[in-house]
Amino acid sequence: MSQPLMELQDVSKVFGSTRALSAISMSVRAGEILCLLGDNGAGKSTLIKVLSGFHPPSDGTVYFEGRPVRFSGPREARHMGIATVHQDIGTVPLMSVGRNFFLGAEPKTGVWPLRRIDTQHANRIALDQLRKFGITRVDDGNQLVGTMSGGERQALAISRAMYFGAKVLILDEPTSALGVKEASFVLKLMRQARADGVGIVFITHNARHAMAVGDRFCVLIQGEVAASFSRGERSREEVLNLMAGGEAMAELEDHLDPAD
Amino acid sequence: MTVRDVGGSAELDRPSEPQHRPAWRTVLRRPELGAICAFVLTYIFFAVFTADAGFVSINGTAGWLNLAAELGIIAIPVGLLMIAGEFDLSIGSTVGAASMVVAIGTNSFGLPIWPMIFLALMAGVAVGVVNGVAVVKTNLPSFIVTLATNFIVIGATMGVSRLIANVTSSSIVATDSAKFVFAARWGQANISIFWWLLATAIGFWVLSRSVFGNWIYATGGNLQAARGAGVPVERVKIILFMATGLAAAFVGVLQGVQWNSGNSTYGMGYVFQAPIVVVIGGILLTGGYGTVTGIFFGTALFGVISTGIFYTGWNTDWIQLFLGTLLGAAVLANSYIRRLALTSS
Repeated sequence: MSQPLMELQDVSKVFGSTRALSAISMSVRAGEILCLLGDNGAGKSTLIKVLSGFHPPSDGTVYFEGRPVRFSGPREARHMGIATVHQDIGTVPLMSVGRNFFLGAEPKTGVWPLRRIDTQHANRIALDQLRKFGITRVDDGNQLVGTMSGGERQALAISRAMYFGAKVLILDEPTSALGVKEASFVLKLMRQARADGVGIVFITHNARHAMAVGDRFCVLIQGEVAASFSRGERSREEVLNLMAGGEAMAELEDHLDPAD
Repeated sequence: MTVRDVGGSAELDRPSEPQHRPAWRTVLRRPELGAICAFVLTYIFFAVFTADAGFVSINGTAGWLNLAAELGIIAIPVGLLMIAGEFDLSIGSTVGAASMVVAIGTNSFGLPIWPMIFLALMAGVAVGVVNGVAVVKTNLPSFIVTLATNFIVIGATMGVSRLIANVTSSSIVATDSAKFVFAARWGQANISIFWWLLATAIGFWVLSRSVFGNWIYATGGNLQAARGAGVPVERVKIILFMATGLAAAFVGVLQGVQWNSGNSTYGMGYVFQAPIVVVIGGILLTGGYGTVTGIFFGTALFGVISTGIFYTGWNTDWIQLFLGTLLGAAVLANSYIRRLALTSS
């Protein structure tokens, strides 16, 4: 298999005397969905912050495209192609689709002092990119994002990240606030992004959603990788038990299945 | 919602023209709609009711425009700042402070007026920088931070003026050029009306066309998302605080030259009048939504009410009642329009 797009080796994160992450090793390849499963407090959000360049790791190494990297901040990580899409905070509801899509990277037209946002261009590109994801209900770039459904907003955030050259997409609980239909729509978006060669880190506490799309899985318990396995190696019951059972359960699993 | 499986680049060929929506539904969602309607109705009311008193005459029109203009110059940046999610109540005392800088400089020290005007404007910008930095660094509500600076600035203005010249108000020695720029009059119309229109035009351009305007909306609409998208939200806020300070100082100079004197207490009325007309203009108190057109008509409405009352011959005490009622109605209407805007058509 090809070399990992992004890889963590023995990454730990310590805040004062609390150990949020200890010796995490994991990797994601291009065109692959890695699911990070874990209950609340398992260290998922800290891990996201390490992946997206917000926190430098206290120990261990982050590799990106085979080279060890140390991000100066989220900006640098984003610049290298690591895009994070947060559950709720990705878009501005009272702004239009076009303006949201290009927020922070606005296309300009005209000469100073009449230099302005190229709204037409922004709206056209935004709608085109949304349509690639099968969203046809949104047909006016001036429409406010707040009028879109949760799934459509995720599609906007994901298509924006991909348009701006994301190689790794970190999706933080993209399905948790959604109904069944909307969630399955977002899972389809993820499959499509995977088909386009993006490496996806899918953070979720919903084992069902993870099993539906994941290629590889990492179960996080109290800041440690309790289990990691590939698609088809575990049943959903096993995964649920893993997530619920804590370390003791994880150890038990290891004893039962030494081949892993 | 349409859920369809991937592939779809053939879809790109389809023209991206919007469906036909009834125009009135789009209009109903405009944040400035309320202010425009209220302005038109109020204007017609006074025009009909005081038909003999000359409210619609050239002089009558100049009267309400004059009153709206000075407030309007301040209300534009105050409105942009509110869209970015912050308040500035220090504008009131900045007006007085700027007028005193010019007065003491030209009168007590006999300095030429233009450098003093420049100094006064820079003092306004400096107040803005202090407000902006204090707000973004402490994360305290700007309402309380700028309320504090409002008192600090007026206190400092009075204290320092008394210390230097033993006065809290003083006359201004202006040259003809300064008198033209800040106090020219055509009939009853002051040049401040021109400055108001200019401020409105600049504000309109910045908010609705420029990249900075996009950042203003994003900063007030969703701070985390804006930051996440790389918008320098702190810089956006500080620049807007500088703009409110500059506008307030400009009005201070304007009033000082117009009335030939500086006074520490100039502008105290604006502390709440500016936010009031901004909210009447359809700016969401919590930020993220609103237009300069709305601010303009909110201010114009204020001018019409404040002068229209005189023409009716009623007691001017009613102005406050009028404004209070309008403000209440505007806040309700704004939250309704916001909800409406967020429902799909």
